[in-house]
Amino acid sequence: MSTALEALINRPYEYGFVTDIESDAIPKGLSEDVIRLISKKKNEPDWLLEFRLSAYRHWLTMTEPVWANVSHAKIDYQDIIYYSAPKPKKKLASMDEVDPELLRTFEKLGVPMHERKMLANVAVDVIFDSVSVTTTYKEKLAEVGIIFCSFSEAVQHHPELVKQYLGSVVPSADNFFAALNSAVFTDGSFCYIPKNTKCPMDLSTYFRINNAESGQFERTLIIAEEGSHVSYLEGCTAPRFDTNQLHAAVVELVVLDNAEIKYSTVQNWYAGDENGVGGIYNFVTKRGLCKGVNSKISWTQVETGSAITWKYPSCVLLGDNSIGEFYSVALTNHHQQADTGTKMIHIGKNTRSRIVSKGISAGQSNNSYRGLVKVSAKADGARNYSQCDSMLIGSACGAHTFPYIEVMNSTAKVEHEASTSRIGEDQMFYFASRGIGGEEAVSMIINGFCKEVFNHLPMEFAVEATKLLGLKLEGSVG
Amino acid sequence: MISSNSKVILEVRNLSASVAGIEILKGINLTVRSGEVHAIMGPNGSGKSTFSKVLAGHPGYTVTGGEVLFEGQNLLELPPEERARNGVFLAFQYPIEIPGVSNSAFLRLTYNTQQAHRGGEELDPLEFHDFIQEKCKIVEMDPRFLDRSVNEGFSGGEKKRNEILQMAVLDPRLAILDETDSGLDIDALRIVASGVNKLMTPDNAVIMVTHYQRLLNYITPDFVHVMRRGRIIKTGGKELALELETRGYDWVDDEYQRAADAHGRATAKGSASAAGAGRAGAASA
Ligand SMILES: Nc1ncnc2c1ncn2[C@@H]1O[C@H](COP(=O)(O)OP(=O)(O)OP(=O)(O)O)[C@@H](O)[C@H]1O
Ligand SMILES: [Mg+2]
Repeated sequence: MSTALEALINRPYEYGFVTDIESDAIPKGLSEDVIRLISKKKNEPDWLLEFRLSAYRHWLTMTEPVWANVSHAKIDYQDIIYYSAPKPKKKLASMDEVDPELLRTFEKLGVPMHERKMLANVAVDVIFDSVSVTTTYKEKLAEVGIIFCSFSEAVQHHPELVKQYLGSVVPSADNFFAALNSAVFTDGSFCYIPKNTKCPMDLSTYFRINNAESGQFERTLIIAEEGSHVSYLEGCTAPRFDTNQLHAAVVELVVLDNAEIKYSTVQNWYAGDENGVGGIYNFVTKRGLCKGVNSKISWTQVETGSAITWKYPSCVLLGDNSIGEFYSVALTNHHQQADTGTKMIHIGKNTRSRIVSKGISAGQSNNSYRGLVKVSAKADGARNYSQCDSMLIGSACGAHTFPYIEVMNSTAKVEHEASTSRIGEDQMFYFASRGIGGEEAVSMIINGFCKEVFNHLPMEFAVEATKLLGLKLEGSVG
Repeated sequence: MISSNSKVILEVRNLSASVAGIEILKGINLTVRSGEVHAIMGPNGSGKSTFSKVLAGHPGYTVTGGEVLFEGQNLLELPPEERARNGVFLAFQYPIEIPGVSNSAFLRLTYNTQQAHRGGEELDPLEFHDFIQEKCKIVEMDPRFLDRSVNEGFSGGEKKRNEILQMAVLDPRLAILDETDSGLDIDALRIVASGVNKLMTPDNAVIMVTHYQRLLNYITPDFVHVMRRGRIIKTGGKELALELETRGYDWVDDEYQRAADAHGRATAKGSASAAGAGRAGAASA
């Protein structure tokens, strides 16, 4: 049985191929000159170059955080390519002119780039290495005043919006990786939902790292004006390399009065092989600001990939009655390490937050939940409920919970529940004695365990996530 | 009701098994024919649950000798899930909890897996709903238990009842009930026992592990076996259970020891081929 479970957890990564495409990459290394070059290539206004340079100067004074429960070899920041773009044959006028090699790549990944081929009602922005390749349904969205485009495009066409909000939630000097991102980010998605508009379709960004030596530093900014609503999805994969690639993204959300952003991620970066060689270092800063009254941000993430995940999607609950939610499934196998969780910062009155975290560890992996619930002095009536459940598969893995609670207001109510369970031989045998084999048993147990989180994902994503967990866990109970 | 020429369902020959390097089963012999009810009794730690789990294929136990034929096929070479699909069912002494997995989804998956194996019709959730309502009646189980996670937070008795519900769903050829009666209140015992009786047919068989006569008042065994130290040391009819209830186990052991000693002296002179182990159990064949 243990071999059956072994086989179950260890199915190979199916997105590990490399696309053979000519790219326009700048030489390795980081300096002010490199930053100027990136900014110039992107034809950016001076204020943005200044934003980058000041971030860079600050970054030089910072040191990599060491508090996370992960370990890795020292990253050589001079050994990374900071800009790599598929070389366009000419300027693209329509989807039909996208390099067919790229189209094939995304077809293989199951990302529909042709609007006419799209199954679901989802608009997609596709980021390949450093740049956005295409955004679908742009016109249709524009009809209702929604801006959904690559970050670079937003800088060109909506500089006032970018200038107003860039760095307003995650300041450029916020932390080591956010500062690095602010200095060198190359592209990402930008999304603006005007007043009282409910976005008619889900918006989605698909990230792909292709170049072995390039880092991916994307920047996403979503603004939901008063009374608006949007559901945003993010997916990602990378080829299999035996070196590690750095992914240091920043996502900022701003939500005004009575507006809501629902942000869902299915992260499947290459995780390294079964011996822990290769894989993405996923160091991401995601934060949302509930700026207006009655505003709401809901983060849902399914983290299955990356050699290391360091990620804490957070909510700053500034507006009175605002709501922050965090639903997370983090799965680690082999030698993967995940240190992930959330921060809920209650500032406004009667703010509420809810945290549901499900960690699944298999193989020799390490999975940590790290969460902060902070209630400031003025946050009368703030309430938080946190639930952190860990599931262990086999006996060589680890699950850890680091909940931090800081309450400065006596009217606050903060609840925390935690549990740890193990899929063991006896549970597997119970299934087997009823005719159910290892693979199905694990998937049933895991899906049961994750149900509460999956329920918050859009339908197609939930199906995708269920499938993905099944794949990842092939063969792992012992 | 039983004729010795009814079909043999299970044939256990000189089965020995160990766990964690310790030999627990030391040569078990048992023949079960269709339509039969076998009771296995014996003191705590004698190996009854081990025997049950070895038959069902628990991976923690290593078979160190002997053979087991189920409907003429070598059972020991099959993984546990295939044994189950072929009709071996184990009602656990300590049913495990499976948080997050609803009882009805679990039951439907087991049923459909079974059906697929037998070439029968699989049921969608709606069809299964009707099917399972009927099965619940057999053990008088409140259908609300279907919406709860498998065994999670169930009382001891509720777990046992849930095991028999699974038996009703899977309709096994051979059901091994490991102390299904323990933890049941007086009414529940009657209900569950009558459920088992309803599930009995001339084509299937039941092995019941129990400590008490009271279960046997409801389900009359054709054979009662006494297990001690990993062996079946005595086999008798239903009256043996009554005798055990009044006299305990030691006299059976004494009798067995005397017989073994006598046999040992006899074989010491001649061939040593018929080792003492399991001789008593052969009587049930
Ligand atoms: N995993 C194990 N490691 C060590 N010893 C074990 C293990 N499993 C079973 N045993 C031992 O094997 C012996 C037989 O246990 P088993 O559970 O089969 O007894 P039983 O006859 O069912 O007892 P009871 O009537 O108390 O249920 C016991 O001495 C028990 O301690
Ligand atoms: Mg027992």
